[in-house]
Formats: sequence, structure tokens, C-alpha cells
Amino acid sequence: MNYGIVNQEQLEQIEEILFQKLIKLGVDCAIIIDMAGNIITVKDSGKSKYDIYSFAALAAGNFATVDAMAKLVGETEFSLLFHKGQDSNIHFSKIDDELLLISMFGRDISLGFLRLNVVEAIEQIQKVWEQQE
Amino acid sequence: MGGGGLSFINLRDKVVQVKIVYYGPGRCGKTTNLEYINRKFREQIQSEMVSLKTHGDRTLFFDFLPFHMGQIKGYDIKIQLYTVPGQVKYNATRKLVLKGVDGIVFVADAMEKQREKNIRSLNQLHENLQSYKESIFKIPLVMQYNKVDLKDHGIPVLPISVLQQDLNSRLQVPYFEASAITGYNVAATLKKIISSTVVSIQKKLL
Repeated sequence: MNYGIVNQEQLEQIEEILFQKLIKLGVDCAIIIDMAGNIITVKDSGKSKYDIYSFAALAAGNFATVDAMAKLVGETEFSLLFHKGQDSNIHFSKIDDELLLISMFGRDISLGFLRLNVVEAIEQIQKVWEQQE
Repeated sequence: MGGGGLSFINLRDKVVQVKIVYYGPGRCGKTTNLEYINRKFREQIQSEMVSLKTHGDRTLFFDFLPFHMGQIKGYDIKIQLYTVPGQVKYNATRKLVLKGVDGIVFVADAMEKQREKNIRSLNQLHENLQSYKESIFKIPLVMQYNKVDLKDHGIPVLPISVLQQDLNSRLQVPYFEASAITGYNVAATLKKIISSTVVSIQKKLL
């Protein structure tokens, strides 16, 4: 059995990436979870107060469901998801087979701009992750 | 990070997240276990129980209850309790919930007429774990023989010896007779699975 263990240095690097790429842009909350629903790290703007543990469990379930649907229609995966609300939106993007980046943001950020930044953040996070392996 | 993506340990914040799944056939009392825990241990639970149900009040995907355990050796233990949907047709979702599981409570329905369903559900658990390269013989597991109170109401209930023979003769894991609706042995089951799971995680870390 493999255990996911993140060390302090890695976490700080990843949090810095989330801050530079997403929080500075105006994202309310950026969360990295694994596909089992565990929270790896959270960075927020200080304004949001979400129940992140329940959120992570539901988000992992949601993503797993969509993944299963992708296979049913012959896709290998749907690597990103976007839920649009009136005042808040949620963007999900796969980092790798085990990790998911979730960004929650309001009306003042455009989806396109967010997506560009998410892609860059993910590339940087993947590099940090590789250092360990 | 390992490919399994199992129980997650954050060395900086000293947090260990432990995933425990209540598994068993339809209407055996998995959700009732969590509802009792949610009422009884309110002060250890910071948020609301999440239930994804059908209109008929059956579990559609899972129930989720985060449970705070306190500290072990300086680590904050966050227990995440899940149930699976019991209905036969929902095996795909049952499998999704089992991803990254650290410990399992198998809730068997002690009613005589459910005997076959218990066995089939346990066999499927075995197969589902194999698909994640996990073994039912290795993962922390506790048996709960639920609804034993029904015999006081004249409903035929299987003797514990029969349930043990059917479900636990090879596994040989700890077991409890219980009544989730009254709360009898619900906490005992929970304590046992938490301690087995935490011990198993500690062993893997050493």
C-alpha cells in the first residue's frame, strides 16, 4: 500500500504557486484534493468560509462520476469541469491521475483568464510533485 | 506520492486523514449507523452530515460524516466516515466510494431472510477491493451484525454463530452484534474500526 506523504517544503512551494497564480488573480479559494476525497492543501483569500472537508468528499465523488461517464461515451477522461452559479463558480482540473485542483471564484474573473492561470499553476505543481518521486 | 493515493498524511500541519467506509447490502443499516454517530457525537463533528439520496430516501451515492478524533502521537486524526449505496444495481458507485479506503465496517443484516444478500455483498466487497489491488484479508475490517433487536419483535434473526460461519469464518475479524436504530454497539463498532485502522497506518509508516 502506498501512502501519500507531503513534506513541508513541497507544501510551501505548492501553496506559493496557488497564491501567485490563483489567489492573487482574485480566486476565493484554491484546493488540492486527491481522488479519494482527502485534502492535500487549501489556500484562500481569507474571505471565504467553506466546509472544505465535505466539499472535498463531494468534489472527488463528482469528478469520479464524470470520469466514469467519460468512459461510457468512449473518452479516456474529461480533464476539466466547470460549474457556473450566479455569484460563485467552481472550476475543477486534473493535475494527474491522483490529484485535482479546485478553484472557487466570483463574478469578477473571466473563465478564460482563470483557465490560463490554472494551466500554468498545474504545470508548476507537477514539477514540484516530480521532485519527490 | 504513491499511486494508491491512500490515507493522506500532512507532515507540516501534522494531520492524518483516515477514510472509513460502511459497506453492506441494501437496507442493512449503514446510513442509520452514521445518523446515530452524528447525533451522539455532535461535539466531535464540525459540520453537517452529507447525504446523497434518492427521492425514496435510499442512498444514491454516499453519506459523508467527518469525525474528529483528537490527537495520536502529536498527529491530528481526521476520520472521514462514508457509506456506500447498498442496492445491487449501484456497484459502480460503491466502487468509487471505496477508492482510497483505509478501514471498512461490514454491516450485515441479521434478519434470516437476508442471509444470502449478506454473503453476496461480502463477496462483491472482496472483488471491488481487488480491483484497487487491496485485499479483504489485509485491510482493517470489522463485522457488525445489525438488527439483533428484531428478535424481541418476533422477527426471525440469524444466530450469531450462523452469521460468523457465513461471513467471518475465514476473515476472523472483530465482530459486534448491534442495533443501529437504538444505538446498541454502534459506538463500539466505530471505536474498534478506528483503532484497527490507526494501528495499521502506524505500522505502514514505520
